[in-house]
Amino acid sequence: MAKGESVAGADIPAGGFVQLLTPDGERVDSVTTTDGTTYSVDFTDEEYRGLYRDLVTVRRLDTEAVALQRQGELGIWASLLGQEAAQVGSGRALRPQDMAFPTYREHGVLYTRGIDPIMPFGLFRGVDQGGWDPNEFKFNTYTIVIGSQTLHATGYAMGITMDGKIGSGDGEAVIAYFGDGATSQGEVNESFVWSGVFNAPIVFFCQNNQYAISEPLERQTRVPLYQRAGGYGFPGIRVDGNDVLASFAVTRQALDNARNGQGPTLIEAYTYRMGAHTSSDDPTRYRMAGEVEAWKAKDPISRLKTFLTKQKIGKKDFFAEVDADADKKALDLRERVLAMPDPQPVTIFDNVYPNGSPEVDAQRKAFVEYQASFEGSGH
Amino acid sequence: MSRIKEFNLPDLGEGLTEGEILAWLVKVGDTIELNQPIVEVETAKAAVEIPAKWGGVVTRIFHEAGSVVEVGNPIIAIDTDPSAGPLPTSSGPAPETPVASPTPATSIASSASSASSASSASEGEVEAGLIGGPAPGGRTAVLVGYGPRTTTAKRRPRSGTATPFTTATTPTPPPAAAGGSQAATVAVPPAPVVQPAPPVVPPAPAVPNRTVQDPTVQVAVRVGPVLAKPPVRKLARDLGVDLATVAGTGPMGSVTREDVHRIAEGAKQTVTETPAPVTAPAITAAPVLDGAREQRIPVKGVRKLTAENMVASAFTAPHVTEFLTVDVTRSMKTLDKLKARPEFAETRISPLLLVAKAVLVAAKRHPMVNSTWSGGTGEIVVKDYVNLGIAAATERGLIVPNIKDAGRLTLRELADALNALVKTAKSGRTPPSDMSGGTLSITNVGVFGIDTGTPILPPGESAILAFGAIRPTPWVHKGKIKIRQVTTLGLSFDHRIIDGELGSRFLRDVGTFLEDPEAAMLRWA
Repeated sequence: MAKGESVAGADIPAGGFVQLLTPDGERVDSVTTTDGTTYSVDFTDEEYRGLYRDLVTVRRLDTEAVALQRQGELGIWASLLGQEAAQVGSGRALRPQDMAFPTYREHGVLYTRGIDPIMPFGLFRGVDQGGWDPNEFKFNTYTIVIGSQTLHATGYAMGITMDGKIGSGDGEAVIAYFGDGATSQGEVNESFVWSGVFNAPIVFFCQNNQYAISEPLERQTRVPLYQRAGGYGFPGIRVDGNDVLASFAVTRQALDNARNGQGPTLIEAYTYRMGAHTSSDDPTRYRMAGEVEAWKAKDPISRLKTFLTKQKIGKKDFFAEVDADADKKALDLRERVLAMPDPQPVTIFDNVYPNGSPEVDAQRKAFVEYQASFEGSGH
Repeated sequence: MSRIKEFNLPDLGEGLTEGEILAWLVKVGDTIELNQPIVEVETAKAAVEIPAKWGGVVTRIFHEAGSVVEVGNPIIAIDTDPSAGPLPTSSGPAPETPVASPTPATSIASSASSASSASSASEGEVEAGLIGGPAPGGRTAVLVGYGPRTTTAKRRPRSGTATPFTTATTPTPPPAAAGGSQAATVAVPPAPVVQPAPPVVPPAPAVPNRTVQDPTVQVAVRVGPVLAKPPVRKLARDLGVDLATVAGTGPMGSVTREDVHRIAEGAKQTVTETPAPVTAPAITAAPVLDGAREQRIPVKGVRKLTAENMVASAFTAPHVTEFLTVDVTRSMKTLDKLKARPEFAETRISPLLLVAKAVLVAAKRHPMVNSTWSGGTGEIVVKDYVNLGIAAATERGLIVPNIKDAGRLTLRELADALNALVKTAKSGRTPPSDMSGGTLSITNVGVFGIDTGTPILPPGESAILAFGAIRPTPWVHKGKIKIRQVTTLGLSFDHRIIDGELGSRFLRDVGTFLEDPEAAMLRWA
């Protein structure tokens, strides 16, 4: 795409999208859509390097998680490989007051929120239920049920409106993550209806990674996904999900629209899941190797590295230092995951009721006594 | 910590039991790094590369490419600290040990794991049999996890008196010997497991008969785990059956509830009837005295609801039942007169109609009878309307549909409503709305030829009348003994609301009505 070229808002051809960094590492100054919105970024060198560090780190941590699963230390893992730019770009566009609703693959978004990356590992290791305080981190718990978090996000966004926390540049906004497969779910469509009708301050961020497990996109939709938004009465836009700059710019604009009271936006981040759906999946059974190779050429990290190198923003020692730092973080993560304690059986009674319940308390007591009836009981 | 660590094939998907080694990417003697791909494994779900869990030198590869390995079995051993010098010979095979001979993986699994159990220092820090540890031999693959253990039981024995097996006559095994089943620790020393044993070995020599509770009676020794679901284990414990002595008939030889019942019954029979040793019949062919001749009916539907309602009612509302035997000859005559009337020509009427009318009239005179105890709000709810319930025996079981606001109906309407209600109930089409909201009920046990009963209140109601059979009976009538039509009424009521006086007055009014309905209608209605 040439510099400054205009793409049509709702009429761009399939495959057309907002792109600010080409796969070859060429920077596009800005893109203006037919509704007159111009997308661009104006990062400092330090910010560019920060984004690169984010991308490399989340990929490295993800790689370690995949290895841990293969070594029997995690029950399952959903890899984000290939989707780093969509996650880091959108995640870095969030302001502290914004609330994110992830699926189970948003490890990159979690990282950009400043959260310790080990947080979701209890869930995947099976030593806790994956619960944390969403308000503390402004990051909801990982949601396994496909698409259901979009309704939670819509409700949260409607609450923001009711609290009067929109209508200014400091207003709050919500981002709801989901995949292309989730767009076939009733929940996602219901949340579109409600958000549209109530003008909720929400950004629907769809990472279209081309496959719903093994189901290809053409079995999910007859129109580009972002065009669905028009039917619900709010704008939709497609962005190059492998371009961290464009992902950032488009998400920031959509979030600002939301916090200013202009309602929802659907962003379709066009990307590709380079790995398996989860560690239980074998993508070679339904994808052609050539397709994967073609997407490899669009890798989000290598294009940014090329750009940084060309612009002399990043040099060899910087890249080496980033790699080493990511390795260190990965090893640290590994050791801490391996040290995660197994849960005591009695903890099953925790978190059933916020202030306890006589019945559950009695059950807990009976269970503790039962366990204590074994010789050498340590717990 | 040992230098040599064995890596066991993990469950690479969700609930996989085995994997096929496609290709080794390293060989014995190679120096490898953490996370370096070492082997390609194909499972039922995917072909994947497994990265090394530790860096070091490969000292042993357990299975050749092409082998199918059960999850949990070691596939590679790595010296994690090769710089520390040569290995002591006792801590594992020397690096130059050739790859294990490519015999079928299942047998390898047994021998290899037995070996690793014997030289347990070769496994990381994980105890044999625990998750992450080497797999004991002869295990049965299960869908999820590493499968049950077949060697010494790691389960801790129950302490104190909690277990029925620990009786005063049982010498408590020393803690060090705590292994194998309870029976095994008592009767025989825990045998070192060198090969998979059949599920049940022949019983030890017969011992003098004792009670079933005595562990020495059941001396059959199972080498290996007992497969049984937790509820079955509890049943066995409750019935005093040692699962180790039970030959399971369930999937994969697991012990089922029926097996436990059979042993429990068989043991009982043997104990009470024959002084012979009980072990053999208890294990193999216990006389089938129940099983085939017992029918097990799942409790569901109307039966389940009835049971719940009855239990709830019987144990929350204190029931009192009073009886009254009345001469209903005049009621029968009134019924005959009504049948002759044109307005009743096309409808079927029975004594139940007059009983229903009697209850409605009496309830109007004593409204407290038609009430509900609302414990939640601390109130008694007295109703100005009567939804008259009629207990009906149907194919699906007992149901108590009710006639809404029956007090407002004319006698003809009441007769029609009764007929419709019974007909609908018999056909099994009673809608749920007809079965809820009842306030006062009648159960017509007389249709079964029964004199009376002590009915249980439908939940939420405070009184229910049992209407018995009407029989020609010698009766003192106007000072003389005559043959009269006589029946017995039984009234159960909730004593929280209705005292004996009120209940008695209500029942007396129902009786007075039935003794002379025409006079009662003239006086009260």
